[in-house]
Amino acid sequence: MDVPSHLQSEVKQLVSVHGRDRTALLPVLRGLNKSHSYLSEAAMLCVSKELGVPRAEVYGVATFYSFFSVEPRGKYVIRLCRTISCAMNGTYHPVVAALIEELGVAFGETTADGVFTLEQTACIGLCDQAPAMLVNDDVHVKLTKESVRAILGEYRRKAAAGEKVKSA
Amino acid sequence: MTAELITITIDGTALKVVPGTTVLDAARKVNIDIPTLCHHADLCSAALGKKVPAPSNCRMCLVEVEGQRALQASCATEINGPMNIKTSSPAIRHARQDILALMMSEHYGDCAACRRNGNCELQQLCAEYGVDTALFGRPEAPLYAMPDEDNIIQRDMNKCVICRRCLRTCELYQGVVALSPEGRGEHTDIATFMDREMMEAWCINCGQCINRCPTGALTERDDTAAVWAAIEDPDKLVVIQTAPAPRAAIGECFGCEPGTPLTFEMNTALKKIGFDKVFDTNFSADLTIFEEGAELLGRLYKAVVLKDNSAALPQFTSCSPGWIKFIEHFYPEYLPNLSSAKSPQQMMGAVVKTYFAEKNGWDPSKIVSVSLMPCTAKKFEAARPEMDASGHRDIDYVLTTRELARMIKQAGIDLPKLEKSDFDNPFGTPTGSGVIFGATGGVMEAALRTVLEVVTGEKIETLFDKADILPVRGFEGVRMAQVTIGKVGPVPAIFSHLVPDFEWLKGVTVKVGLAHGTANAIRVMQDIKEGGPLSQCHFIEFMACPGGCLGGGGQPIPTNLEIRTARAKAIYGEDAAYKVRKSHENEDVLRIYREFFKEGPCSHKSHELLHTHYKERV
Repeated sequence: MDVPSHLQSEVKQLVSVHGRDRTALLPVLRGLNKSHSYLSEAAMLCVSKELGVPRAEVYGVATFYSFFSVEPRGKYVIRLCRTISCAMNGTYHPVVAALIEELGVAFGETTADGVFTLEQTACIGLCDQAPAMLVNDDVHVKLTKESVRAILGEYRRKAAAGEKVKSA
Repeated sequence: MTAELITITIDGTALKVVPGTTVLDAARKVNIDIPTLCHHADLCSAALGKKVPAPSNCRMCLVEVEGQRALQASCATEINGPMNIKTSSPAIRHARQDILALMMSEHYGDCAACRRNGNCELQQLCAEYGVDTALFGRPEAPLYAMPDEDNIIQRDMNKCVICRRCLRTCELYQGVVALSPEGRGEHTDIATFMDREMMEAWCINCGQCINRCPTGALTERDDTAAVWAAIEDPDKLVVIQTAPAPRAAIGECFGCEPGTPLTFEMNTALKKIGFDKVFDTNFSADLTIFEEGAELLGRLYKAVVLKDNSAALPQFTSCSPGWIKFIEHFYPEYLPNLSSAKSPQQMMGAVVKTYFAEKNGWDPSKIVSVSLMPCTAKKFEAARPEMDASGHRDIDYVLTTRELARMIKQAGIDLPKLEKSDFDNPFGTPTGSGVIFGATGGVMEAALRTVLEVVTGEKIETLFDKADILPVRGFEGVRMAQVTIGKVGPVPAIFSHLVPDFEWLKGVTVKVGLAHGTANAIRVMQDIKEGGPLSQCHFIEFMACPGGCLGGGGQPIPTNLEIRTARAKAIYGEDAAYKVRKSHENEDVLRIYREFFKEGPCSHKSHELLHTHYKERV
C-alpha cells in the first residue's frame, strides 16, 4: 500500500521528536491519533517502517488502547463516563438520551457528517462533578440535557468554522 | 559463582533447585505433571537460551503455595526461597475444571470432525478433568467468521484459547511476527495486521504455529480430498514424490517412537492407496546439488577470476519456500544472492511432466503430480504462478506428513506393519546426499561432498571420515565451517562448459554458513549487512524451520527438541546406510544429464525448467 507523502512527513516529524526505536511507538501513535482521530492502515504501515516494529505489533498496540482507534472516527470524539458515580447521577440518563437524540447515533457510532463519534469511557476521575464527559481532550462536567445540547452546538460551530477556513 | 541450591517440597517430595527455577520446571523434574496449555517446551527460557517471560495465559498450571492466599500460576512462579507446594488439591482441581469449562463455553466447533481430534491438548485435559458443558454451555453458532478455504495456514479463532503459543513461536523462532494480540482483556483475539486473512498477512507459511497450537485453531489447508479425487479419476496418472523428512516422522502418527524411519513401508502404502508411481525426492535433491553447485562455481569464477562484482556472494540456498517468502518480504535487496535453482519439489515436478512423460509416452496433461512434504510453505511454492515452465503446473498438490497419515488411515492401512518396497524408476535411487536435505546442514553437507570431490578429484573421505561432514551438522542456530582446497583436479565433462579449469580454486578456503529458523536467518542477514564474518561466506544454507525440514510445519504434532533430535538421528542413520551417498554418484541424475539436459547443469534447457526467479513482496 502506498503511503501518502503528507503522512510520511508527519510520521517522520513525530519520529524526529520521539526517537527512532520501539520505545517511541506509543508517543508516535498518540500524535497520529490526535491529528487524525484514528490510526489508518497507511499510518500504521508508515510507523512500522520508520520504527522497525512489525506491522502486526503496531496493530496490536493500536487495538489495545481504547483511546486509539483503527476505524475512522469523527473530528470530535465524545467519551461519556459510564462508571458508577456518573452512571448513578440523576441527570445521567437524560444526558445519554440527549446525546443520542441530538447526534442521531448510538454509542460506538459516528455522525454522518463526520463531526462526532459517540463513545463511553471508564472512570475519568471526575466523580465529584458527575456526570462527566470528554470531547477529545476537553473536560465537561456536571452535565445536564440542556448543557449537553449547548456543548454540542459549540463544537458544531467550531467544526463549521474550521471547514470554512479550509474551503476559503 | 554458583548460586546456592534451595530446598523445596512439592507434594511431600523434597528437592533442591537452582534459584529462579519455576515451580513448573521443578515439578517436572520430579515427574509431577502439571497441565499447561500456553507453556511449551520450545518456548521456555531453557529452550531459547535466554530469559523469556512466562506466558501465564491459560491458568491451567495453578498450584497451592503454602503462605500464599490465592492459587499461583506455576509457570510464572519462581523459586527464590524455601517453598511448600501442592500440585493437586480440591481447590486446584475445581479451578482447572472451571477454567476448562470456561474455555469450552467459547469454543465452537465439531470435535469429532476436528483435525486435532485425539491429538488436542484441550480435549485431553477436558477428558482428564471430567469437564462437561453443563455449567457454562457451548456456543451454538460460530463466534468468529470462518477463515477463507484458500488460506494455506487455516486459523479458526472459534477454537482458539488465546494461549499465544502461535505468536510467540512466530516471534521467537521465526522473527516474522505475522500475528499479534488484538484488543484487550476479554475482547482479546489473535489477529494479523488489520485482522486480514492469513494469506494476506506478512506470513511465510512455515506452519510452526500449527505445530505448537494446543487445539485445532491452527491447521493447514486440507488437500486430501483433491488428491483422492485424482486417484479415483481413471483418466489421470497420479505420481507422488516423497521428501526425506516425512519418512522419519510419519511413524509418530501411527504410535511409533519419534525417529522411526518408514521410508520403504510408506512406498508400499502409497501404492496400495493408488498412486501410479512413487518417486524419491532424493533424486531432485541431488539434481539441485548439480544445478546449485554449478551456479556457485559460476559465481565464484566470475568473482575470483573475472573480477566481476555482479556475482552476488554469498550464494543463498533456495530449497526452503518459507525462507524464500521470508527474504522476499524482509530482505528483498538480497534476492540476487538467492540461488535461482528451484527447490527439489519443483524440479521433480518439472522433470516428471517433461522428461519422464516423454520417456514413457505419458500425456503430461493427464499427469497429476503430488508431493509429500514436511512443509506447509510447499503448498504456497507449488501455487506460485511462475512454476509452470513446461506448460503444465510443476506440482498439482502438496500433502503434509499429517495429511498423508490421515489418507493412509482412511485407507485402513497400518503403516508400520507393511512390507517394504522400493521407489519407482527412473527417480528411485535413495541417496544419502538427498536424504540429509531433511535436516539443517544437510543441503550444505551434500553440496560439500559433491563440490569438494569434483574440484579436488579426490574422495571426500580423505578429508572427512566416512564422508560425514560433522562441522555442518547440529542444532546450533547459526553455524559456520570452512575447508581449504589443497589440490585441484581436472574439470569433469559435465561442468566443462562452466569453467576452463579449477586452478583458481587452489588454496582457496571455502567458507560456508548455516541458519535454521528464520529468527536465526535475521541474525545472519544482519551480520552480512554489517560486513561481519558471515558476509565472507561463499555459500549459506537457510532453512525456515527450526531443525530444518524435519521440524517442518507439516510434520506430526507435537514437536520439541527431543523429537527433532530423534528425527535427525533417523535421517543421518538412513544416510549412513545407503549405498549412494553423494549427489554426483546418483546414476538417475547422471542419466538425465546424458539423455535430457544434455548441455549440462545451468545450461539453457535446465534454466528453463529447473530455475526460477523471485520478487519483492510489499
